[in-house]
Order: sequence, then structure tokens, then C-alpha cells
Amino acid sequence: MRRPGKLITRNSLNMTFNRRTMLIGGAQGLVGTILAGRMAYISVVENERYKMLSESNRVNLTLIPPRRGWIIDRNGKPLANNKADFRVDLIPQRVRDIEATIGQLGQILRMTPDEVDDLRVAMKDARGLQPVPVAAGLTWEDFAALSVRLPDLPGVAPQRGFSRQYPTGAAVGHLLGYVGIANAEEYEQSKNPLLITPGFKIGKDGLEKYYEQRLEGKPGARKVEVTARGKIVRELGVKEDTPGKPLKLTIDGGLQEFVARRMGRESGAAVVIDCQTGGILAFSSMPSFDPNSFSDGIGRLEYAMMSQDERVPLLNKATRGLYPPGSTLKPMAAVACLQNGVDPEETVNCPGGYRLGNRFYQCLGRHGPVNMTRAIEKSCNTYFYAQAHRLGYDKIAMVAREMGLGEEFDLAGLNQRYGTIPDSEWKMRKYKQGWTASDSLNAVIGQGYVIVNPLQLAVMTARLASGRKLYPHLIPNDKIAPTLPYAPEHLAIAQQGMAQVVSQGTAARSKLPLEGIAMAGKTGTAQVRGFGSGSRGGAGVPWKYRDHGLFVCFAPVEQPLYAAAVVIEHGLGGSRAAAPVAKDFMTYMFDPQKAMDSLLALEAGWGGNIAERMASEFATFRARSEGGAPAEPAPEDSAP
Amino acid sequence: MLSFVPRPVADLPWQIIAITVTIAAFGVIVLYSAAGGSISPWAGIHALRFGVFLVMALVIRMFSENFVKLGTFPAYALFAVLLLLVELAGAVKGGSQRWIELGGFRLQPSEFMKPLVVLAIARFYEMIPIGQARSWSAIWPPLVLIGVPWFLVMTQPDLGTSIAVMSGGVTVMFLAGVPLRLFIGAGLAGAAFVPFAFFFLLREYQQNRVLIFLDPESDPLGTGYHISQSKIAIGSGGIGGKGYLQGSQSHLDYLPEGHTDFVFATMAEEWGLVGGLFVIGLFALLLRWATVVSLNAPSRFGKLAGGGLTMVIFFYIAINLLMVMGLAPVVGIPLPFLSYGGSSMMTIMICIGLLMGIERNTRESGSSAGRVIS
Repeated sequence: MRRPGKLITRNSLNMTFNRRTMLIGGAQGLVGTILAGRMAYISVVENERYKMLSESNRVNLTLIPPRRGWIIDRNGKPLANNKADFRVDLIPQRVRDIEATIGQLGQILRMTPDEVDDLRVAMKDARGLQPVPVAAGLTWEDFAALSVRLPDLPGVAPQRGFSRQYPTGAAVGHLLGYVGIANAEEYEQSKNPLLITPGFKIGKDGLEKYYEQRLEGKPGARKVEVTARGKIVRELGVKEDTPGKPLKLTIDGGLQEFVARRMGRESGAAVVIDCQTGGILAFSSMPSFDPNSFSDGIGRLEYAMMSQDERVPLLNKATRGLYPPGSTLKPMAAVACLQNGVDPEETVNCPGGYRLGNRFYQCLGRHGPVNMTRAIEKSCNTYFYAQAHRLGYDKIAMVAREMGLGEEFDLAGLNQRYGTIPDSEWKMRKYKQGWTASDSLNAVIGQGYVIVNPLQLAVMTARLASGRKLYPHLIPNDKIAPTLPYAPEHLAIAQQGMAQVVSQGTAARSKLPLEGIAMAGKTGTAQVRGFGSGSRGGAGVPWKYRDHGLFVCFAPVEQPLYAAAVVIEHGLGGSRAAAPVAKDFMTYMFDPQKAMDSLLALEAGWGGNIAERMASEFATFRARSEGGAPAEPAPEDSAP
Repeated sequence: MLSFVPRPVADLPWQIIAITVTIAAFGVIVLYSAAGGSISPWAGIHALRFGVFLVMALVIRMFSENFVKLGTFPAYALFAVLLLLVELAGAVKGGSQRWIELGGFRLQPSEFMKPLVVLAIARFYEMIPIGQARSWSAIWPPLVLIGVPWFLVMTQPDLGTSIAVMSGGVTVMFLAGVPLRLFIGAGLAGAAFVPFAFFFLLREYQQNRVLIFLDPESDPLGTGYHISQSKIAIGSGGIGGKGYLQGSQSHLDYLPEGHTDFVFATMAEEWGLVGGLFVIGLFALLLRWATVVSLNAPSRFGKLAGGGLTMVIFFYIAINLLMVMGLAPVVGIPLPFLSYGGSSMMTIMICIGLLMGIERNTRESGSSAGRVIS
């Protein structure tokens, strides 16, 4: 190892030592300088950035979801309001052990196995910061019990806030819609942090969705200082939320609830319209869903029950249910006849039907000679067959459209199916065939190609009763509706016929039980199975093949205030199923106490009010599905 | 010197005492804040420990050089055996073990090994004939003296301490005149060895620490959290700091280990760049003093030991500061006089005491003529 020529002495070693010590000292100084420079760089050049990071560590900004604007009826009574509420959500990203957390929550909150299952399923699909609702409406004790255990339950977010409440429950389901937590796509679209704030909900359907902007309000914010473990040290400031603006409707809350309850166990729809303004007083489709339970996040089982129900509670039948209107169109057809010069006193002999070529079109009875009002009163098909054959249906269709049939209304975004008022041009367009006399005969009694929704029937009746071209609406407005282009005396004849329907005709059993106030109406029975197949849908056939019962009406006869249409699906007949319902809610408008008394008697026989019946149906359904029955309906063609 | 001060008192190394007391006192102030404005649990004990260890250092100062030289190899042997025992205990119990329980006192042999390796190698070079200083026989024994404790500590596993043990010993070899080309060769070989060591010698958590160091943002809530939060604390302090007791990073627990390994970040958050330069400046004074002591030492043993001990102290300071500023991986090395913790403070004060002893020898031998720097 020794290099030649280099002598090692104590002195040379000391020199080496000194040199190398200086070298090391210099290196150390260099490191020290680098450290000082690095620190200066971090704390001066990057100061702003790190200050911000430090603040975002320290300060936790939580949005306070705004209280949603109330939805009130025409008298200021709340149809949807907010209740103070303790709720708890799970933030998927922050949960460490999902199973353990769900288990603990289930224990602390005493959740049922169904609810725990639902939560587990919801958590499986959940991602990121999108809150998954666990429970709402907690008691103070449960809320407190949960709050003290928070340090061991990361991702659990209990909150004191407000939640949407619908005091009349299912009665307003299809009218108002419901609210719910924004889904992932909605958040992706707007990136609004409010959408993933626990407790915040947006309108998901109906008016709640259409008027979202107005009802939403502005969020408040709470600034708190938090430790790394999420413990709140102190509050730094609160900005209160700005509640959404209230939304006033034309709806009469009392009537809305009464109608829904009066529909009882039937499946159907009813619409009541103010004959002076066109404002909708009641808008009901039953059975319905309880928007309260939808807004809390409906359970899978409850949803399964609703989607399997043959009465389709999830469909808004008032605007999306299409029905052959049957004889309810006869007063309208009468106006069309008068417009086309038919003498109202001219009589047509009814021998129990009408012969067209080699076919005989049935009437419901042998009415003998009938004039126009009597034809309405007795719902004589023969009279209207004769008139339609003479005039052709195109002329009647024009009046039908003027009355609002086949029309899609501008109605707060409510999804409508507007059906068909056929004429020769329509048939040529659609089927490439000419219009026949047979088509006219079928159409005039509201069968064949004619198909309408209950809202249109109510509008027709309101226009007929008021003589004005009323437009249905839910938000009050000052518009004055123009008068219909028909002579008042012509309308009076149709009205007279309808008055006779109730006073002595097909709906005579549904006279209003009131002194001095009479109702005018028209019954209708619409066949579900093909008309002319010869098979009537009477009581002897399965429910879903039975005839629909319809009734349109207005009251009082002399000075109409309210017009309505009622459709009872598979109710067998208009006078039997629909007219009594109309009688009761019309009574409610003039004497609520009397109407309520008779409703309570009926409900006693049906097994309770809507909420009670829905609860017991759910209990039965649950018992059955736990008993091993498949939760999904078997396909219809599975039978051999 | 003022004449009325008694000679033994006047002869005390007041300069270094002042420096260490200042840093340690600042440490007490920082630890008071780290505890949320409380003497307990750290600040009080820190002050007490420093007092005890300062006395210990002054006692060590009085050891004669011969006494130290005589004690070096037996002490080295003793602690090598203890290190082996710790290792065996760890193997038996499963998991890593770094200390021996001695009646409530935790004895961590690896800490003693840092100055002992330096002393042993300095003693070795002092013993061999001057002519052999650059020969092979002057190289392999120190490598064994370093290698044995290095291996035992490395397998504990304690990456930081093992490198510290090595760095002190290698420094003495360097100062003793081992040819430069050997260090350059070893450096190149080491660089080639790094990938091998990374994949085969490091445990998974150690590998992760290195990877996270290279890219802290890749894992902001895991291992990189330490580095990120430390940088946030230092960076948010700015020039003047957030004010005493106002550090949110430390007080709200965002900064992990804010009283031990990351105490510098705790300090910098509240005292800013000014506080940081103050601390770095004091350390610079300390190391300058230590370097001057070793340069002025009259004996070869004193020179070599002084240089090695200086490196041991420097190693603590540099690695810790590089770590908290995000320039080195998280290796768990505390900052002298500021970090709470007994064993590291003891090691540092042993080094300081030995350096004080070397300085005393220099003074008493009166060979001030040989002083390079005064």
C-alpha cells in the first residue's frame, strides 16, 4: 500500500489531519448553508402556499344546508315544510372499516336487519365524499350516544339540521314529488360542494324538482378549528343559511288530502279545477307513495313492494294515465252538435242500439225517443251514434280539442301523456286508412281511438261549465281566460243535460247531500278489453280486465265554482265507482264536516287511513318476502 | 481572565457551556409550547435531564486522556456484547428490540456505540506505528471495529443509528490519513451497492420511507404525511413565525412527533426563519468549537477522537434537519438539545464531555504553540 518516495512522519500525518479536518469542516459548513437556504426557500418563497395548506388543515369549513322553501296551498297552509331533525350520514371515503362501522351504527341506533342491509348495499355503490344517509329523525339520546363515539367511527357524520316534511304524506306524493340526496352524476355535472354536504337534498320529482332553484336557498357555513383527528376545538364563525323562497300553489290542502283519502283502496286519479280561474284545487293519483319515506331514502323492500303493485303507485295517473273516456265526452259532443245546427229538441228513437250497415251498435238500454238533454241524462248511445253518423267525427274532434282534450298543458314540468283525439287526417297519417262511419260511432261514445288523461277531462268539464277557455295551472296567476267561441245557450243545454244526470239520470244516487246546492255531471264506463269483442268487463272477471269507471262534474249547477274529473281504474262503472267519490269531495267544498264524517265511516271499513293502510300492506309484504317468496316478480310467460 | 474568579471556575469551558445551555433552554421553551403551553410532560423533564447530563459531561471532562484510552477497548467490548444480547433478546421475543431494562432505566447500547466506535478507532490509530498509517494493516481492523456494531444495529433494524455509527468511525479513518482513493473507491462501490441494499436489505417499511421521501405527495396521508406536515409547519411560519404558542400545526396534532424528531418544525412554525437561523447558527458555533478543539489537540488520539466526535454530533443535526425540511427520508434521528428524549441527549453530552476533556488536556499541556486556530 505504501507509495514509494513518500515518507510518513508525525508531521505529515498532522498536516493530513489538519487538511482533512478543514475539508470536513467546509463540507459541514456547506450542508449548514444548504439547510439555511432550504429553510429560507420554504418559509419565504413558498410561504403563501404553506400558509394556505396550514389554514386548510386547521380550519374546517362545513356548509350548512339551506332550509328549503315551504310549499303552501292557496290558504297558506303548508304542503311541504321542514322539521328540525337529528340525522346521520356516512362519508364513504373516510370510513376505515365499513363492516365494523355499519355494525356499530346498527347497534347504537337500534336499526332493523332490513335497514342494516339497505345501508350495506348503499355503501357498496358509494364512492368518495358523497354522503350515504344512515338515519334521520333521531332522538336526542341516540344522537348524543353517537356523538360521543365519533372518535372511533371515522366517516360517520351526525348532523343537526332540517329535513323535508310532507304533513299529508302520500296525499301529495305525485303532486309535489320528493327530495333526495344528489347522485354522483348530478355532483359530477355541477361540482357544487353543497351537493355532497350531508343533509342537503334536491328536488327529485314533481314540483320539488321543477322549482328547485326557487326552493333551494343559499347555504350557510360554519368555520371550525379542528385537530388532525377531527375533533372540533372551537367555532371560528357562522354564517346562517338563507332559506329558499316559499312556493304558493292553487291547491286547496284540505281538499287535496280529502280527495286522496276518499279514493280509498281504489286505483285512480281525480283532478278538481277552480271554474273561475282554472287553478287546480286538487290533483290526486292513488295509490301513491309517501314522499316522506322517499325523501329519507326509501328502503329496498318498500320500493320493491311499490314496483310490484298492480295498482302502479309510482305512476302519476292524473297526467300519465291514459283512459278511453267513454260517455263522459257526450256533453262535449252535444255542444259540437249544437254548433253544427242540430236542433236540441229533435228526438232520436232508441230501440236499444243503432244499425250501421250490417252491424248493430249496442246502447245500454231501450230509451225510446230522446232529445239532446235526455240523451245526456240517460247516456243514450243511439242518439250520439246518429248525430256522429250525420255530422262526421271531424267536426266533433274540433270541439273536443277546443275543450282541452288531446292537449299537453304547460304545467310546472309535470310529465304528461296527452293521448289522442282522432280525426280523418290523423287516421290517414297514422294508419294510411280512410275514416269510416264506424270510427265516428266509436269515437263519439269515447271509445275506439279516443284516449285521454284525467287532467284533460277535468279541463274539459271546467271549460264546459264556465264557458271560458280556462288553462289548468298550479301557481296562481292573474290571467283572465278568454270565452269559448260557443253560444252560451249551447253550453247551457249541455250543462242542463249534465244537471239531469245527477238529478234524475245515471248518477242520481250521487246527489249532493246539501240544501240548495246541486251538482251536474256525466258518468262514463270505459272498456278495458277491446270494444265490440262482446265481452263486458263486469264484476265476474279478474280486476285488471274490469271496466274503468269515470265521472266528470261541476257544482253548483247554476253558478259553477268547481269542476272535476274522477277516474277509478277497473271500478266497473262511472256511476258505481267514480260518482260517489266526486259527490263526497264536492260536499267537502261546501260542508267539510259532513264530508269528513262520511269519510271516517268509510275509512273504518277500509282498515284505516292512508298511512295506516300503507303500513299494514308493508308489514304483510315483508312477512311474505321473508317467508321465501321471491322479491322480484316472476316473468309472466314463465307458466308452461 | 478576571483575577477574582477562582481558577477552576475560570478554566471551565464557558463558551461551549453557554452554547449548549442556550440551545437546550430554547428547547425547553419550544417543548413548553409543544405541550400546549405546559411544563409537563416534556419541558420540565427536558430541563432536568439537560442539567444532569451537563454535570455528567463536566465529570467526563475531568477524565484524563490515559484513563479514556485505557477504558476505550473494554467499554467497546462490553457494549458490543450488550448489543448482541439486545439482538438475541429481540430474536427470542420476536420483533425489534433496541434497549435493555436496567431497573426502570432503558439502556440503549447503540447510543453508547456511536462515541465508542470513534474512540476505539482513534485509539487504534494512535497505537500503530506512524509508518504503517497508510498500510492495509491500518485499514482492516477499523473496518471490523465499525462493521460489528454497524451490522448489529442495522439488523435491529435501526437504519439511522447504524449509519451514525458508521459515519463517526469512517470519519476517524479519513482523518487518520487512510488514502483518499480508497474513500473514492468505497463511495463508488457504495453507490453500486445502494440498489442491492434497497431491494434486499431494507424492510418494506424502510423501502416505503425512501420511496415516499422521493415523492412525498404520492402518499399524503400515509408515510409521506410526516414530511408534508413538517414542510407545512416550517413553510407557514414565514420569516417571523406565527408567534409563541400560536402554532396550529403542532397544537392541533397535524405535525406528528412534534416534540421529538420533528421538534424543529414545531419551533419553526412559531419562530419562523429567524428562529431557524438562530438554531442553525448555534449549532454552527458548537461544531466550530468542536472542530477547533480537535485541531488544537496535542495528542494524535485527541485529534482523531475530537474529529470523530464532531462528526457524530454533526450527523445528528444534519440528518434531522435534512429530514424535517424534506431533503432526507424519515429515519428517526432526533435533533440535539431540542428533541425530547434521554438517550440521544446522553450520547451528545458524552461527546461534548469528551471534547471538553480534550480541550482541557490541550490547555493543561500548554502546547498553545501548536494551536492552529484560537
